[in-house]
Amino acid sequence: MIFLKLILTNLRQHRIRSLISLAGIAFSVAAMLTVVTILQGAIGMFSSILSNDSEVIVFERDVSDLFFSNVSTDAAEQIAAMPSVAHADPVLFGIVSSEGHPIITCFGVTPGDARIQKAQWLAGDRGSFARHADDVVLGARAADFLQATTGSHMQIGHATFHVIGVLKTANGFEDGGVFMTLSTAQTFFHKQGTSSVITVKLHNKDDVAAFKQTVKLKFPNLIALEDAEFTRSYSQFRILKATAWAVGGCGLLLGGLGVANTMIMSVFTRIREIAILRVNGFSHTQIGAVIFGESAFVSIAGAMAGLLVGSCFLDALKMIPALGGYVDPTIHPLLMLVVLLLALLTGLAGALYPAIYAMRIRAVEALRFE
Amino acid sequence: MRSTAEYIERRKTVLRAENVWKSYDEGAVAVLKGVDCEISEGQTVALCGASGCGKSTLLHMFGGLDTPEKGRIFVNGAPVNRKRELVHLLRHEIGFVFQLHNLIPNLTLADNCLIPTVAAGIDRRIAKERLEELAERTGLSHRLGHRIQKLSGGERQRTALCRAMMNRPRIVLADEPTGSLDGDSSNMVFELLLDLVATEGATLLMATHDRALAARCDRLVEMHDGKIREHAHAG
Repeated sequence: MIFLKLILTNLRQHRIRSLISLAGIAFSVAAMLTVVTILQGAIGMFSSILSNDSEVIVFERDVSDLFFSNVSTDAAEQIAAMPSVAHADPVLFGIVSSEGHPIITCFGVTPGDARIQKAQWLAGDRGSFARHADDVVLGARAADFLQATTGSHMQIGHATFHVIGVLKTANGFEDGGVFMTLSTAQTFFHKQGTSSVITVKLHNKDDVAAFKQTVKLKFPNLIALEDAEFTRSYSQFRILKATAWAVGGCGLLLGGLGVANTMIMSVFTRIREIAILRVNGFSHTQIGAVIFGESAFVSIAGAMAGLLVGSCFLDALKMIPALGGYVDPTIHPLLMLVVLLLALLTGLAGALYPAIYAMRIRAVEALRFE
Repeated sequence: MRSTAEYIERRKTVLRAENVWKSYDEGAVAVLKGVDCEISEGQTVALCGASGCGKSTLLHMFGGLDTPEKGRIFVNGAPVNRKRELVHLLRHEIGFVFQLHNLIPNLTLADNCLIPTVAAGIDRRIAKERLEELAERTGLSHRLGHRIQKLSGGERQRTALCRAMMNRPRIVLADEPTGSLDGDSSNMVFELLLDLVATEGATLLMATHDRALAARCDRLVEMHDGKIREHAHAG
């Protein structure tokens, strides 16, 4: 109880300094949470595009970005013909720009693709997809920001397309994308006879290992990965994750420096008090516990505040129409735990030098000269 | 009044300094120059001498707060050095009272007094009972919940006495315990100190300038020029 009083009394006595330190940790945690959650959300959405009604992705071996992957139509047909395969859908990804919109994702898909067949059509008829080479279907958000309606013609990149429908999906990338037939996309992106990936659904999930082995033997330039395996290993995702944690880590490091500064000031202004504790039997460990306790309190309180601020910020982002579907504000409990632990560790690391300094204070000198 | 010789013969030596040397400023200021001193169990001893003669330094060495450059310090027969458990010494064997009360200003009187019990891991209930007992004896029962800033100088020093006695130390080291108080408060605090030490059966070693107070101790040890010049009977 006295331990707690010693900790809280000091924090209360220097409340502005404590609050600044707490705010530093809070904003660091909020920044980390926001960046990591947004990027993980984005990764999740991109993964879900690939795993739409499938469990295996086939793409060109050793490419760092799926936009540069080339899988031949012939390979797609051979894979689709395998006995273990329920269906194999080639998908061609491309990025174009239109006036005022520098990035629009295009999906070249077959008429049987789950994106076309299972999405909610807000306008148009799914049966009319692929009737004409210049027909496109827009995601709801794309239709909104391109101000296009069914029946209208619109310029996308170097070509003009006829909008035959608008569909709604839960995926931000798809919702902001343009769907065209695979052959149209191949022509438009000058990738005749190829697709970016093949999404494969098997009759029996237990056949995945055998299927992967078959692909490896028959198509040495291709690789087949399960969805989860792909999400873990895809270099772009790894770079994004590493970037997110690095940015968040830098924020937390700054917060930690704030705590360190606060704790150093705290110790320097309490040398006499620490000497009194020593004279009254406090061990080095107990002195250290008081200093680390203060730091832990600031860190945990700051982290809690940061989680709250970060959650509110993510919710606010979700309400911005331009980001609709791109931001998944769901904060995973594990991420919360990791962020809390990191904040605590940062705070404790920040208190390391001050604690060592406090433990080394010689009571006799502090009491004589203070 | 019993003689020093009687004490030494009949009682165990609890504090002993053997040829203790200490200097400051890299040897420029020699404070202790071969001090030899023995204090027996249960004695009240006044350590007198001019400012800077080394009284406080000797006191701090007995409490393990400072170390001699040469010579040895023994507490309860065991040498005080780095190998010895200094924390145990401060928690259970020695209670300090300083000229300045050295209380933590933002804690209450009760919290300040409980600090040694927290350090020693004494049961909270037992600690509170002990606090109530000491507060009663020192007339501070009505001030237990008050912060130190709200107390008078005499009350602060009485609080320091309570804190020093909380863990029932066998030795009390008092460094000018009444030096910052006026006459009445000084007498009151000193009476309390003698009373507490007597009833607890503790040994008191007190550095003081006040000859009148020193005269009321069992022994008077005079320090001069870094040495014990005489062991005089007080009173």
